[in-house]
Amino acid sequence: MPPDTLRERITDYANRADPYPLYAELHENGVTRQNDGSYLVGTYHEIAALLHDPRISSDSRHRTDPETVPRIRREGQSMAFIGLDDPEHDRLRRITMRPFGPPHTPHRIDALRADITRICDELLDGLRDKDRIDIVEEFAYPLPVTVICRLLGVPQADVPRIHAWANDIIASLDVTPGRIGEHQLNAGVEAREAMAEYLGDLSDRRRTAPSDDMLSALVHDSGPDGPLTRSELMANATLLLIAGHETTVNLITNGTLTFLRHPDAYRQLRDEPELMPRAVEELLRYEPPVHLLPQRTPVTDVEVCDVTIPQGAPLILVLAAGNRDPLRFDHPDRFDPAREDNQHLGFGSGIHSCFGAPLARVETQIALNALLPHLEHFQLAEDPPPYRRSPILRGPRHLPITRTSGT
Amino acid sequence: MQIVVDLNRCQAYAQCVFLAPEVFELHGEETLMFMPTVPDDQQERARRAAAACPVQAILTGEQAGPGEW
Amino acid sequence: MSGEPWDGRIVIVGASLAGLRAAETLRDEGFTGPLTLVGEEPEPPYDRPPLSKQVLLGKARAEEIGLPRRRKVDARWKLGVRADGIDPVEKRVLLADGELLPFDRLLIATGTRARPWPNPAEARLDGVLTLRTSEDAARLVERLDAGPRRVLVIGAGFTGSEIASACRERGLEVTVVERGPAPLVGALGGALGAFAATVQRAHGVDLRCGVTVTSLTGRDGRFTGAEFSDGSRMDADVAVVALGAVRNTEWLAGSGLAAGPRGLACDAGCRAFTMYGIVTDDVFVAGDVARFPHPLFEYQMLALEHWGNAVAQAEVAARNMVTTGPRRRPHLTVPVFWSSQFGLNIKSVGVPTFSDQVVIAQGSLRERRLVAVYGYRGRITAAVTVNQAKWLEHYQFLIETAAPFPPTTGAANGIAPAAPVPSDVPDPQLLSHGPTVALTGHLPDRRLTLVPPGPVPSAIPRP
Repeated sequence: MPPDTLRERITDYANRADPYPLYAELHENGVTRQNDGSYLVGTYHEIAALLHDPRISSDSRHRTDPETVPRIRREGQSMAFIGLDDPEHDRLRRITMRPFGPPHTPHRIDALRADITRICDELLDGLRDKDRIDIVEEFAYPLPVTVICRLLGVPQADVPRIHAWANDIIASLDVTPGRIGEHQLNAGVEAREAMAEYLGDLSDRRRTAPSDDMLSALVHDSGPDGPLTRSELMANATLLLIAGHETTVNLITNGTLTFLRHPDAYRQLRDEPELMPRAVEELLRYEPPVHLLPQRTPVTDVEVCDVTIPQGAPLILVLAAGNRDPLRFDHPDRFDPAREDNQHLGFGSGIHSCFGAPLARVETQIALNALLPHLEHFQLAEDPPPYRRSPILRGPRHLPITRTSGT
Repeated sequence: MQIVVDLNRCQAYAQCVFLAPEVFELHGEETLMFMPTVPDDQQERARRAAAACPVQAILTGEQAGPGEW
Repeated sequence: MSGEPWDGRIVIVGASLAGLRAAETLRDEGFTGPLTLVGEEPEPPYDRPPLSKQVLLGKARAEEIGLPRRRKVDARWKLGVRADGIDPVEKRVLLADGELLPFDRLLIATGTRARPWPNPAEARLDGVLTLRTSEDAARLVERLDAGPRRVLVIGAGFTGSEIASACRERGLEVTVVERGPAPLVGALGGALGAFAATVQRAHGVDLRCGVTVTSLTGRDGRFTGAEFSDGSRMDADVAVVALGAVRNTEWLAGSGLAAGPRGLACDAGCRAFTMYGIVTDDVFVAGDVARFPHPLFEYQMLALEHWGNAVAQAEVAARNMVTTGPRRRPHLTVPVFWSSQFGLNIKSVGVPTFSDQVVIAQGSLRERRLVAVYGYRGRITAAVTVNQAKWLEHYQFLIETAAPFPPTTGAANGIAPAAPVPSDVPDPQLLSHGPTVALTGHLPDRRLTLVPPGPVPSAIPRP
């Protein structure tokens, strides 16, 4: 099929369960101009180079045609650092990092290990006698959402509201805005605003009654760059809250699915849990939680693989395709949990590389180590499982597993 | 266990600091410092840190030298 | 792989980073013959960069910086023994303990040592130190722990500046004396030199540029202070001589090899030259002691005191020692190094001194976050980042492809790029100008890619 329809085919929901043959087409075709004027890159070295190229912007205001950008905010609202360039991106990310990680708070994530382990064990205890489990609903979703809420300081009682808002926001994201109805788009914008307002109010309360959470630290502990404004805090806390669980749910679910599909790897990791950190890196390569970065734009004409990507054109980097590039990885379609050479693009690379990566790593390592012994007598109820709509945050919507007969 | 970091490769993603904060440290915004001899109780963390390094810059292993094989 | 791996006896002189990685690579390449490593220092191989950083800050002990091995190496280690010479006819290394080590192939990786204070009597004063070895570092730490009233650092290159930074972080008064116009100017040129001076002074360093130390003074054998060329003098309890490195080539004086103060010359495959400019096929060189031609820098002979070069060159040398003909590789790695001081992470790619202009392409001096890009005759030859390390690999690609200087404007950082200024590299001594070996030309108009010989590759590398 013609390479200029790859974007359409990749975003087509019919291909969600197995987009990898399309990614192989990307490998063959290099940089491809799509029939809607966007450019698709799916080869490893080119993606890596573009992620480190200062001529490539993450700020959608550099798009020639603003209609190619999903509508996510209204005029006058602050933007989260994910959609900004340096030095603004750098400043906001640095301030937001202060209560999360090094250099200011290096122990925060490591200190969560015990909590995460306990949450995993509690969730698994509740599944002990069940014959049919939906891994997404009963394990892979509740774990990260509980953790990110505790980390930020969102009360557990409010988790259902967060869940509903997040669903509307994710549903409104697509690479092709035209695909999504006006109603759905508006619902996404409204959900984002409601979540931001909620987090703004919560941080106001933390101002007078601080606790040991990130929102309290963000409103109280300002460093050399000063504090975030209320509007900046709302935008960036919203980003952390959504990205803090909507991606990890995919990683844990994809991990479960992959281990159930690969019995040898399953047995090895069940018996040698100390191999899990490397196995999680392989999952990040083999079935990454974020498949593509849809929001890049060259601020000047940029030549890649003899193709000139014009200034202002939508540039889409297909990370999951780069991760399967045979020019970079030996046997790229093989799941090898002990893979040595594994500099994957699962969390992106460069200045926008995933802010929450260390949390996702720790959660997934602990979650899969805790889960694997319980999977002994389970099998996939459906293969492939039903997928979420999003081609960006790509992962199963449900992952039903059933107890095998005779046990 | 000894570690060495190829600081030419290092781009200060700091995954190692998150995962093994007693072994690795960001000194300033992006200067990575590490403890070349890893205490026994930190070896598991150091190995996790090495596995997670996005630029594969961390080498862990037995100390090089005579009498090693 | 076709053909048996080369067999014979291999001796490696120099048991630090380059020697170690070479030994491991030899075994990786399938070499099974007798292998001997000779090292002058008694310790097994250790990592030197922490000496002026973690170790001086008390975060790691000088005795605990051993390098991890990549693999087990079946080898005989002769540590604590100096090599005194080579008998090139009988092919033997002469050791200080009298042993004669026969070799079929030899790797020279003897590195450098700290340049001593030129006045031997003054250099012997108690409290006058250098910093190159773990022993040096242990001694310096002991002095710093004792809480000296002032530390004098002579020389504001990377080592001197890192020492000054550690002193300030420990709350010690420190004076830095530099003959040149600014710290780091010899490696980074005028613009970043001036920046480094500002940073040092902002951190409370008493920085004196354009000044030399005329004498170190002492009482009862103890260092007490120094006199300067501007007529001033000062009291201090510790002096650290940081005047750069001397290449360990004296022991090669009778060897007939092209060895001298600038290093031991070799070809792109790490094979040593004789003093007549004839390439040997049994003596190889790697690491700080090597001088080698680099195509990106007009085949000028480069001698690099860089951690990364020691590793990369050792790997190439070792491979070439046990392979022949078309399987041999060139050492083409673009020079890279880092330094950390005063809270800043300084990283460099390319050769900043090989330049006529420099531009701050991203960030700014004021923010202390920046990318400086260097150009020579209209092409990019180097880049230096300060707390902006994630951008560096982009500029490495531009260097490798000889991209035009200044770099394309429109960087997404929202700041209009500054205009290029002269790079003001003051001292050409840092580059060994005038290649002693003429090689056929190479225009770096594309990234260099190694293509393995033998069967037709299944995939054609992308340009």
